[in-house]
Amino acid sequence: MDFSFVVVQALSGLASASSLFVIASGLTLVFGVTRIVNFAHGSFYMLGAYIAVTVVPWLLEIDRSPWLFFVGVLVSAVAVGILGVVMEVLLLRRIYKVPELFQLLATFGVVLMVQDAVLKIWGPVDITGPRAPGLRHGVEILGQRFPAYELFLIFVGPAVLGLLWLLMHRTRFGILIRAATRDREMVGALGVNQALLFTGTLFLGAFLAGLGGALQIPRVSASAQMDLSIITEVFVVTVIGGMGSVTGAFLAAVLIGQLQAFGVLVFPKITLVLVFLLMAAVLVVKPWGLLGKPEAAAGRAALPEGILNPARFAAVEKGLLALSVTALLALPFFGSAYTMKVATEVLVFALAAFSLNFLVGNGGIVSFGHAAYFGLGAYAAGLLVVKAGVPMEPALVAAPVVAGLFAALFGFFVVRLSGIYLAMLTLAFAQIAYAVCFQWVEFTGGDNGVVGVWPSAWAASRHVYFYVVAVLVVAAILALRHVVYAPFGATLRAARDSEQRADAIGVDVRVHRWLGFTLAGAAAGLAGGLYAFSKGSIDPTMLGIPMSVDFLAMILLGGIQTVMGAVVGAAAFHAIKDVFMPLTDFWRFFLGASIIALVLIFPRGLGGAYAALRRQPGVVRA
Amino acid sequence: MAEAVLEVEALHAGYGPAKVLFGVSLSLRRGEVAALMGRNGAGKSTTLKAIMGLLPPRGGRVRFAGQDITGLPPFRIARLGLGYVPEERRIFTDLTVYENLEVGRRAPAAGRAAWTPERLFTVFPNLAEMRGRRASAMSGGEQQMLTIARTLMGNPEAVLLDEPSEGLAPVIVEQMADAVLRMKEEGIAVLLSEQNLDFAAAVADRAYVIERGEIRFQGAMAALEADEQVREAYLTV
Ligand SMILES: Nc1ncnc2c1ncn2[C@@H]1O[C@H](COP(=O)(O)OP(=O)(O)O)[C@@H](O)[C@H]1O
Ligand SMILES: [Mg+2]
Repeated sequence: MDFSFVVVQALSGLASASSLFVIASGLTLVFGVTRIVNFAHGSFYMLGAYIAVTVVPWLLEIDRSPWLFFVGVLVSAVAVGILGVVMEVLLLRRIYKVPELFQLLATFGVVLMVQDAVLKIWGPVDITGPRAPGLRHGVEILGQRFPAYELFLIFVGPAVLGLLWLLMHRTRFGILIRAATRDREMVGALGVNQALLFTGTLFLGAFLAGLGGALQIPRVSASAQMDLSIITEVFVVTVIGGMGSVTGAFLAAVLIGQLQAFGVLVFPKITLVLVFLLMAAVLVVKPWGLLGKPEAAAGRAALPEGILNPARFAAVEKGLLALSVTALLALPFFGSAYTMKVATEVLVFALAAFSLNFLVGNGGIVSFGHAAYFGLGAYAAGLLVVKAGVPMEPALVAAPVVAGLFAALFGFFVVRLSGIYLAMLTLAFAQIAYAVCFQWVEFTGGDNGVVGVWPSAWAASRHVYFYVVAVLVVAAILALRHVVYAPFGATLRAARDSEQRADAIGVDVRVHRWLGFTLAGAAAGLAGGLYAFSKGSIDPTMLGIPMSVDFLAMILLGGIQTVMGAVVGAAAFHAIKDVFMPLTDFWRFFLGASIIALVLIFPRGLGGAYAALRRQPGVVRA
Repeated sequence: MAEAVLEVEALHAGYGPAKVLFGVSLSLRRGEVAALMGRNGAGKSTTLKAIMGLLPPRGGRVRFAGQDITGLPPFRIARLGLGYVPEERRIFTDLTVYENLEVGRRAPAAGRAAWTPERLFTVFPNLAEMRGRRASAMSGGEQQMLTIARTLMGNPEAVLLDEPSEGLAPVIVEQMADAVLRMKEEGIAVLLSEQNLDFAAAVADRAYVIERGEIRFQGAMAALEADEQVREAYLTV
């Protein structure tokens, strides 16, 4: 490795850092003022790129001048900024006071809607953008060629940082934003219309994301996967830098840019893992990120209402339960193979959702990466069967054990945090697992996964396998339910509520939370293992963000504050998805819209509605 | 008798299931200083927050400068000319003194002289020396002065001042009293909440006494000073 090579590598790291910073600065500004972590920020980035690959060539038709290229880039960024305004007015304004879990879900709903909109408008094929006139050549640096456009990008980051600094310190708008970042209620009491301030902030944030996307078009083609890949990177940047800190985001972006530029030389396959490891390390040492400040009271609960005094089954409900179990047992006698497959999946998701609600509703641990444990269970079982020739029975034992071990490892770090940082860390760990399954092609089959994960001969029929799943799922759910009512579950609830009062988390409490996280991970792993044998294959979507969000949507639909709601929610969600997905090409759009609707008008879910019907004090908070 | 700039009628408010105010009525006349006295937890801060719209009133009415402001969002109330200085100070610690003042700045009503940082520095000389300093680097007393200065930048007609003397050193308390009297000179009506009878007596014309969310006494400040029974019952700890 000679010196000139190191320099060029460092420069390309700086160019990536610049792009990353421009996008991340928007996210962190929006978070600072609105306290909303906007999943749709990645969608704004993607829209910036798509609009630019449309607008810029059109402008270059008129005249191939560098100026028109940048005019096109700015026009695209402004267009995205306006979309940000639309999102603020139509959606965010309604959810500033709701718990952050709901905010994350609602903005993820926007991600889903934008994905389908982009496919509809621009089609499924990636679009390559034009290169910037005047910056297409290479520049000699110590005898190595370096693209002029990359060199230009290196300057964009510091320039944006400088301009943002001026905006923040030399304009009234900027001063108000900084004030609102500390205490937005007080800003209101001084006569500032927060609504306008927030709308302006969203414009700025979306503008920066759009700018980042538009500037990318000479480097990467616009594709419908850009949103989720960038959003995780940007989350990591803002979390490492400290949520709300623009300078912190810059530092973190430079750090990550260099880590990737040189990490790729040492571990070409796992640069993503390096990045997430950095994040985990920073959060353990500095839980608020490099330059972040402890979250100020933002006038809304960090957590949604959780389970209070869990109601035990009344006589009627015991009857219902018996009826349901009988129905389950009877189903194979008249269900078709397809019905059995759907019913099996409903059961699998019921367990996954139940285990997640064990964390969220009971423990107040809002995991945004629960699919990791589901997927790890599936991979453990699938790889054992296909690669090692192990039969189904031991593979199904391995699934929860492996997932539980990983949950214990990740959970060790996770339970030290709370609120949005905890959610981000669980997401980061899930993305590590995803990245490994995705990138380690020889072992995991990469994108395609592995096929041929079939049950043992005796359980090969859909009907028999259904019984296997039914028995294991019901047993696991009843076992977890038992834990909810045991003193252990009560301790978790107490820990959750003391966290809401921002008390220090004691060591003993932390151990409880850690065990709870491990237990939930193991249960999700069992569900994942069962799912692998039902599908006959494993692939990385089983541990992707959309899967984690599906689980969250299930418990939301079921009602987070109820014990059994998750089961009902999983069934309802899966049924809805199964019915509507085949009917339309736009199922993501409708799914996204439904999630938003759920958050806005039905935040207590089905379980909440039932509990209200039951009118038993103590089930639902008045 | 001067007309009332602020009138509160049978105000009810609370937090979640807890009811705190039970029909508080009071009024503030143009240009006067009135004190809302009461022990810790009596409902003083809650009254001021409910007037300001920071806590939604659950019953009753609030009129300010002839308008019904019950239930308006705080920024609308502030824009009508009612200033609010919170008990917990809540200055913007990341911002400089100057920037804190900038956040509070609003154009004055027609025909009134505007407060500027320079004019405010004549009232709060300490602040002048640290205009470029971050607010987090200031002492508690200086921060308290800054919150008042910040509110005055909005050129209010009346100000709600929540326990201005709380936790301040005696010298600073004196400066605070001077500041309140200066506001009165400028024609600004002040409703301040207080536990400190000496401070209230030094600045206020009239007094209300609140206990468990109800007004138990109202009258001239001098009358409260003279009424040992009321003081014993509601003020001494
Ligand atoms: N944020 C709050 N949530 C719940 N109760 C509160 C809150 N703030 C004040 N209270 C209660 O309201 C009552 C009145 O409080 P407050 O108006 O702050 O009294 P004061 O300002 O006279 O000391 C007290 O009993 C207090 O415990
Ligand atoms: Mg008080």
